[in-house]
Amino acid sequence: MYDIKALYEAKSTANAVELLLQHPEAVIIAGGSDVLIKIRDGKLAGKELVSIYGLDELRGVELDGEENIRIGSLTSFSHIHKDPLIKKHIAVLGEAVNMVGGPQIRAIGTIGGNTCNGVTSADSASTLFAWDAIIEITGPDGIRCVPIEEFYLGPGKVDLRPGEIQTHIIIPKASWSGYKGSYIKYGMRNAMEIATTGCSVNVKLTRDKQTLKDVRIAYGVAGPIPLRAKSTEEKVRGRAVNRETADLIGELVLGDVNPRDSWRAAKDFRLHLCQTMAVRAFEEAVARAGGEISG
Amino acid sequence: MADEIRQFKQVTCTINGVRRTTMVDVRASLTDMLRNDYRLTSVKKGCEVGECGACTVLIDGEAFDSCIYLAVWADGKDIITLEGLEGPNGELSDIQQAFIDETAIQCGFCSPGFILTAKEILDSGKLYTDDELRKLLSGHLCRCTGYDNIFRAVKKTMLRRLNKPVPEEFFKAE
Repeated sequence: MYDIKALYEAKSTANAVELLLQHPEAVIIAGGSDVLIKIRDGKLAGKELVSIYGLDELRGVELDGEENIRIGSLTSFSHIHKDPLIKKHIAVLGEAVNMVGGPQIRAIGTIGGNTCNGVTSADSASTLFAWDAIIEITGPDGIRCVPIEEFYLGPGKVDLRPGEIQTHIIIPKASWSGYKGSYIKYGMRNAMEIATTGCSVNVKLTRDKQTLKDVRIAYGVAGPIPLRAKSTEEKVRGRAVNRETADLIGELVLGDVNPRDSWRAAKDFRLHLCQTMAVRAFEEAVARAGGEISG
Repeated sequence: MADEIRQFKQVTCTINGVRRTTMVDVRASLTDMLRNDYRLTSVKKGCEVGECGACTVLIDGEAFDSCIYLAVWADGKDIITLEGLEGPNGELSDIQQAFIDETAIQCGFCSPGFILTAKEILDSGKLYTDDELRKLLSGHLCRCTGYDNIFRAVKKTMLRRLNKPVPEEFFKAE
């Protein structure tokens, strides 16, 4: 038995909004792999819950008319990993979510829950940052969309107002078309692990594969919330695809990240990880995009 | 809290091939419902926070930790527990027999969960590499066997089901 004050099961997205307005103190439960653990822990004990787990309308991955990739917020990690559209267009996201917890956690954990928790270590978050994902939120005033970077307000805090739930995560076509990505998770063991640091890089190369048309570098656990290495991206955009550029990325990212000491790892170690992972993820992304870095 | 009103919900689901209905307390986990309402005690209470895998059951063919799955969510679902693997005359399934043959069991607490995850792996009909199999089995803790025998039991059954040659060292234990 869980210490739950009351459970309200939403029958539809609109009903979820109504329930949240009726019960302003209620906590939203999607897959529950964080919420139920926090109830056991005592942190969320005795709360009212609004369950959205039954909303199948928020499951699945599809391309809309403009070829934007729309991921229902309740899609489980294992379903994202197996999804043919994800594999075809943004394979790195499927790979990243396949590193969450263990198989059973990936069966219950949802990508919406992973982002709504607002934690920096979420395996999906850095990759969604790298893809410039848009968060679709449904609330009493209808639907609004915010870039994922603005969705994260602080540790454990996201831009969800009273009565709102996250309904989709959208990767616009302009963000994925022509890009290839790579995600590296550093942890102390291979399964059931929270990232010490995670780094997701995607690149777009010119037709001759010699020049870096665009690059996006994102981190988890390199700051209080997931972040992008924006100044590094600006400085290396347009540079030649070679060893020098790869090493330059490794140096520059240190100016963009802000990791801290925690019981999982020391700040110095995380800085080393940020540098090394950026270089390696960049090299892999370039290779996947058909480019070559010698040396 | 005696003055609180307890909240119940009727849950109908298929358990091991039989349609069942019961009233559950909304605070119950699926582990609670399967053990207390249906006496399916192969579903073990281990960590109760989704770490150890001892409570694993199949829901619509996928392995889930039933301890972190609300019982009310099971409404309309198809659930398999270890009891569902038993043949009509009490026979063991191939994967259970392989666990015995490979000494993949000692205290037995993790076995039901491991075997259900193995069932999902085997029912996929895919041939997995050793690394893939290890990753697929990584959501379970076993404190007795050191995992190697469990891995061998699953691999051997996978190879047999796919009519692939089983390496000779797999037969030493039989």
